[in-house]
Amino acid sequence: MKFSENWLRTFVNPPLATRELADALSMGGLDVEQVEQDHDDWVLTTKPTPNRGDCLSISGIAREVAALTGAPLSLTDIKPARATINDRLSVTLEAPQACPRYCGRMVRGVNPSAATPEWMTRRLAMGGIRPVSALVDITQYVMLELGQPLHAFDAAKLDGGIRVRYAKAGEKFTLLNGEAPPLTPGFLVIADESKAVALAGIMGGLDTSVNEATRDVFVESAFFSPEAIAGKNRLLNFTTDSSYRFERGVDFAGTLAALERATQLVIEICGGAAGPVTEARAALPGRDPVRLRIARIERLLGVKLDGIQVSAILRRLRFEFSVAEGEFRVTPPSYRFDIAIEEDLIEELARIHGYDRIPATLPAAPPTMLPIPEGKRDIATLRRLLVARDYQEIVSYSFVDAAWETDFAGNTTAVALANPIASQMSVMRSTLAGGLVSCLANNLSRKHARARLFEVGRCFMTDASGGYRQPVRIGGVSYGDARHEQWGLKKRPGDFYDIKSDVEALLAPLAGEFRPMEHPALHPGRSAQILIGGMTAGWIGELHPRWQRKYDFPLAPLLFELDLEAVSERGLPAFQETSKFPPVRRDIAVEVDEAISYQAILEGLRREQPATVVEIGLFDIYRGTGVEKGKKSLAFRVLLQDTRKTLTDAEVESAISQLRRILQQHFNAKLR
Amino acid sequence: MQDVDAIVKEALATFAGIDDADQLERAKARYLGKSGALTQLLKELSKLPATERPVFGSRVNAAKEKLEASLAEQRSRIDTLKLEASLRQEALDVTLPGRGLGVGGLHPVTRTMERIEMLFRSMGFEVADGPEIETDYYNFTALNQPENHPARSMHDTFYLADGKHLLRTHTSPIQIRYLEQHRPPVKIIAPGRVYRHDYDATHSPMFHQVEGLWLDEHITFADLKGVLAEFLRRFFEREDLKVRFRPSFFPFTEPSAEIDMSFGGGWLEMGGAGMVHPNVLRNVGIDSEKFQGFAFGLGPDRLTMRRYGVNDLRLFFENDLRFLRQFN
Repeated sequence: MKFSENWLRTFVNPPLATRELADALSMGGLDVEQVEQDHDDWVLTTKPTPNRGDCLSISGIAREVAALTGAPLSLTDIKPARATINDRLSVTLEAPQACPRYCGRMVRGVNPSAATPEWMTRRLAMGGIRPVSALVDITQYVMLELGQPLHAFDAAKLDGGIRVRYAKAGEKFTLLNGEAPPLTPGFLVIADESKAVALAGIMGGLDTSVNEATRDVFVESAFFSPEAIAGKNRLLNFTTDSSYRFERGVDFAGTLAALERATQLVIEICGGAAGPVTEARAALPGRDPVRLRIARIERLLGVKLDGIQVSAILRRLRFEFSVAEGEFRVTPPSYRFDIAIEEDLIEELARIHGYDRIPATLPAAPPTMLPIPEGKRDIATLRRLLVARDYQEIVSYSFVDAAWETDFAGNTTAVALANPIASQMSVMRSTLAGGLVSCLANNLSRKHARARLFEVGRCFMTDASGGYRQPVRIGGVSYGDARHEQWGLKKRPGDFYDIKSDVEALLAPLAGEFRPMEHPALHPGRSAQILIGGMTAGWIGELHPRWQRKYDFPLAPLLFELDLEAVSERGLPAFQETSKFPPVRRDIAVEVDEAISYQAILEGLRREQPATVVEIGLFDIYRGTGVEKGKKSLAFRVLLQDTRKTLTDAEVESAISQLRRILQQHFNAKLR
Repeated sequence: MQDVDAIVKEALATFAGIDDADQLERAKARYLGKSGALTQLLKELSKLPATERPVFGSRVNAAKEKLEASLAEQRSRIDTLKLEASLRQEALDVTLPGRGLGVGGLHPVTRTMERIEMLFRSMGFEVADGPEIETDYYNFTALNQPENHPARSMHDTFYLADGKHLLRTHTSPIQIRYLEQHRPPVKIIAPGRVYRHDYDATHSPMFHQVEGLWLDEHITFADLKGVLAEFLRRFFEREDLKVRFRPSFFPFTEPSAEIDMSFGGGWLEMGGAGMVHPNVLRNVGIDSEKFQGFAFGLGPDRLTMRRYGVNDLRLFFENDLRFLRQFN
């Protein structure tokens, strides 16, 4: 809310300069966002927190300044207007909980083209309100001054008495803003005998509004409960100054005074004769006394306030209270909707006492050590491992283009947002691949020829029970040469096996199983599912040539993605006796069909290997001259060792021929 | 007959002037070889009277030893020279760049998040986590923000198309989830991504938050001030950093505060905090007469901006390598 400093000072005038006043308000909890000069005055912009609807008027802010600074307060003295005519409208409260107080009165014979006085337009302008006509300006002015939204009807257009009731389903009428939203019975309306004429507490109707021909007005000042107004702005898609105040709470004790103030101003500015006030009342909100224990203040705040200090603060706040047996019983005023429990009062005490005067202490807590599970790798470790392997971390949006989901996850039923910020951010990602590929493309367009990127974040997918799975994943993309361009190393494009080593490093000391698979994002012959202990942990592969073309990559990006949960268990090391006897190395070279995988051969050997074989490793693959077409030559290194003695040549030979036999029998291998 | 001393003097001078191993061996032959000068002298020993022989003999032998010692010394000197020469030849241009794999880097906000975690861990806070797709209950209702509460308009929420779920607007739901599983004393921080329907120069629809929660029997508002001031000073490594608390409003804390800090210039908003609202404790079945404590929410993106002087929040999510590599 914007307001004029000079106007405020007519109610409370602390010995503070403009900036000091603004600081005092900010430090008291009413944040002053802006201070701008306007001729010989200043405009202050505050944004009261949602609990402080009482500060949405100049009188409310004046009360707050008085409480914070101790300066004396003198609010507008409002005297009832004398009724000189007898005209009145009946008022019926058909929804007494939503509207427990309604005051209205007729003013006849007003001059609709009276000019709004300059002092009023100026205060309105500084409050950010554009002048419309004297009658409307007066209602706006009283709202700024007292916080009570008012409405002026053209009395000639009202058909009989006022009824405050809930809307009928589908009921419709045109509002001042030209809209005619279909109403539901949750909306409260002001109606006459034949029709709805205003959306209670929100906006008046167009047909009954005052205009340049209006001679008689019916002025409404009512209390609508916050519950009756709250949430309606979301259904309507607009907020008004009136609904903004009612949903935060308007002073139900000030309804009549505001009407009197408005009447005074109407007669003063537009002339006319006022009728008597019609007031309909039901049960107003209660203000139950709240218990406040002196000991509780110190226990919660960590600073001691004695009874004298507490009483002084409560008086400055104009809270009524009594004291008995070390306990205060405090009754908050009608304009405060935010004081229901002891803690609310303690906040008020802290605020007025000054947050700055509460010490900053460190709690005395018993020293405890945090658990550090050694058998799990944490995310920071995995991140650093990728960084050490030349990957740059990125953070991309969790909501993505729906096309990425179909392209990179084959996901046509992605988790969709109801209100995305943009159409290309409309679904939640089920894979990190889209963000990585898109980020890669953006960077390549900035003349990078090589990039290695990774991201850690949640992915989102529906589960069978209608809920969502939200696993944290770690994904990477590598593009271009295996190493950055440098002297002394031959340029070589990175390939599947380069990122496979990155993934293996992430999994170590566990060894993942890499199983050929088809994945929507990946080249069908160059992709694998990654399993750990038989459980799916992720995937790896080369981007499908189709997407390589679509996303315009000269080379194929290489991608991987792992479930953090699946890779986080790594277990503890377990000691084994090392052999005192020297190992023996023998090499075996064989020729097998291309179609036979390395993994198959390795597993075949391991299943039947003699106990003395401690390691089998591949050290060369050869295709070409000397090897039959459609075949490949594999060279294995075999290490043999016994823990109890040195192996004899005969034992070594026997073990090696056993391995050779397996290769021949199971894999039709030709020994070389 | 040449004088022994003269021969020794001449030989030592000769040896010292030689820098080559072969030349040295040839020079050795000239004095100690079969027809070398000293050998010749020994051959002439028999020509001397018997009484002079022992004296002369021992003089020649002493001279031989002297020459041998000198030779050993010169050989080692020549070896050293040779080694030095070959080392000079093997010298590398040590200024050439190293070969192999380069090094990547962490995202700047990750640096901050890890630093926040480390600082709070050092004070005994555990790290907790929670889902980003949340229900209305955990994001709002359990946090004392019933439906239609005006405070909800402080958060422009992303809703899912299913009509039942939303993207968490803050990390505070983790408080509730954690307290459903744990009883006080509780001391956690919960970092993560949060989402709000807001996109302009100072807002990103996705950003980061770190929630903190300390519940025990006697944790006070003064402790909240102390812990956060301590954190900010440690984070920025500035003892002169000023922290101030301003009254504010959050439905899930009472009293509530806005945290500002300053390096001497203007004040910057760093997050919100307060004493956990009794209704929140009641919602998770904790007796608010017995247990109390504080909660806070910090903005790691803002902390990162302040720490490194970044002037636009959106840079963190554009992932331009030229930007990201500045933090490696």
